[in-house]
Amino acid sequence: MEMETVGRDGVTARALRKGTARSLGDNDRWLGSLMIAPAIAYIAALVGLPFVLALYYSMSSATVGEQTLGFVGLSNFASILQSSIFRGALRNTFIFTIGSQVAVVVLANILARALRADFRGKWLVRFLILLPWVAPISLGTIGWKWIFDSIYSVINWTLQAVGLLEPGSWPMWLGEPKLAMISVILVHVWRMLPFATVVILAGLTSIPQEILDAAAVDGAGVLRRTFRIEMPLTLPIMIVALLFGVVFTFTDMTVIYVLTRGGPYDTTQVLASLAFFTGILGGDLAEGAAISLFLFPVLLAAAIALLKIARRAEVV
Amino acid sequence: MATVRRARRWGRMAGHRLLVAAFAVLLAFPFYWMAITTFKQDADLYNRANNPFVFNAPPTLEHLRLLFFDTLYGRWLLNTGFVGLLVVAITLVLALPAAYSLARLTGRMGERLGIGIFLTYLVPPTLLFIPLSRVVANLGLQDSLWSLVVVYPTFTVPFSTWLLMGFFKSIPKELEEAARVDGCSRLSAFARVIVPISVSGILTAVIFTFTLVMQEFVYALTFISVASEQTVSVGVPIFLVRGDVYYWGSLMGACLLTSVPIAVLYNAFLDRFIAGFTVGAIR
Repeated sequence: MEMETVGRDGVTARALRKGTARSLGDNDRWLGSLMIAPAIAYIAALVGLPFVLALYYSMSSATVGEQTLGFVGLSNFASILQSSIFRGALRNTFIFTIGSQVAVVVLANILARALRADFRGKWLVRFLILLPWVAPISLGTIGWKWIFDSIYSVINWTLQAVGLLEPGSWPMWLGEPKLAMISVILVHVWRMLPFATVVILAGLTSIPQEILDAAAVDGAGVLRRTFRIEMPLTLPIMIVALLFGVVFTFTDMTVIYVLTRGGPYDTTQVLASLAFFTGILGGDLAEGAAISLFLFPVLLAAAIALLKIARRAEVV
Repeated sequence: MATVRRARRWGRMAGHRLLVAAFAVLLAFPFYWMAITTFKQDADLYNRANNPFVFNAPPTLEHLRLLFFDTLYGRWLLNTGFVGLLVVAITLVLALPAAYSLARLTGRMGERLGIGIFLTYLVPPTLLFIPLSRVVANLGLQDSLWSLVVVYPTFTVPFSTWLLMGFFKSIPKELEEAARVDGCSRLSAFARVIVPISVSGILTAVIFTFTLVMQEFVYALTFISVASEQTVSVGVPIFLVRGDVYYWGSLMGACLLTSVPIAVLYNAFLDRFIAGFTVGAIR
């Protein structure tokens, strides 16, 4: 009864809390640790521990059959660095990542600007544009596998129908090294473009209208507005979109596994898919773990960059 | 003068519409392709003389019949639902208290911890799948859906915690303080006041957890090699192929039927999802 008459302003509440903080349910410090402990314990057990295990495997001679872990130091790394398949995979990973991300950033900037204005049927356009990102990627990719089919490719049919392809020629999209790389990059651009577009669009709409109005009054044209005002102001958000894109691409194996299995002749093999073939299908845990650890430096760099951006946003 | 200006404006508008339409058509094309393939007769599908964009013979439901009655598609959907529901439950149990703790109780330390938890979302399956495959084998969960139930929260918990933390921070502190003045402990204020008014935030976390489960491919491919224990995102592209024969009609039907409902759900909650990703780069 008495409590209700005390009033509801914060000061009184805080004073009251001090007096009644007896139970565990009321001690913020204890309660805070207690509430977050299960999540931390789970992540430590199933992310932290496996990561340590990966480091350990990479310096051992572990295979699926042989559970005794002989320590071999860095010799796994030395041996994979000598392998031409590994070096090819490393190169392909960079081509795949850089090629797709350059295209994504350019196209997403164009598309985001086109979507800024209001127009009739925008919800439908938004739904269609987002489909590649929201649909399960393995299923979207198998759709592309049918589009790239060696006999019934609709791309080839269309190119031939409009006369861009000579009557006898029929490119094998997934069967020729260069075309296969172009195909997997294309599918990944298709997959990542919606995400980058929506993130950049969020950045563009957060620019205060007064700034744009002031620029218009000063006689800034479209190009000037785009490159002198919007680009600098949306740079942090564009870097965020790019960093996520790099992480998702550099470590991806779904598109490549479904489309080409790394072929033809390992020309689309990337680190992630090679680690899968070596460590999981081949049963060579040690070498597989060593290969996938090559993903780590790029992840670390992206994480540090994201932290810097987050901190700067906090300070400003 | 006026007509020139109007013509120019009209031209710019037409250009804009054309650009938007071109992007929409190119991005959505594979789904149109899935749809038309699903309902085409084989004789129509596998004939290069036919125009592939239209029906040259009457549409058929044969591919969908095959998909539902002669393949494990239905089973895969059930498996996915089973894993999804359990992962959602585990995720909420772990992420709800963690998010509240980070939003209200741990102060400056909590902010760092929160970013740390979000960064674990960036750790990709392809970095951990080799050691995790041994962990799963040692737990005796190989070829079992339970392996996915155990491992999937490694990415759903960080993401949901981050999402819910943002949501809790947007709730005014006065609300809990009022409840505590009325005699609630901190814990019961959380359970009785904060959780009930956070239903929409919790729903967002549930939807994203579920869609992340439906989209996951690498872990399911790694841990499970039995066709009947697959989820839909691995079962369809890997196990619907018999030998080297692709049943494109049924395959595309499965892709379409699985993708569109997720896409609709996801779309409804997209803005929050993006807000979770922009990590304070927008204020």
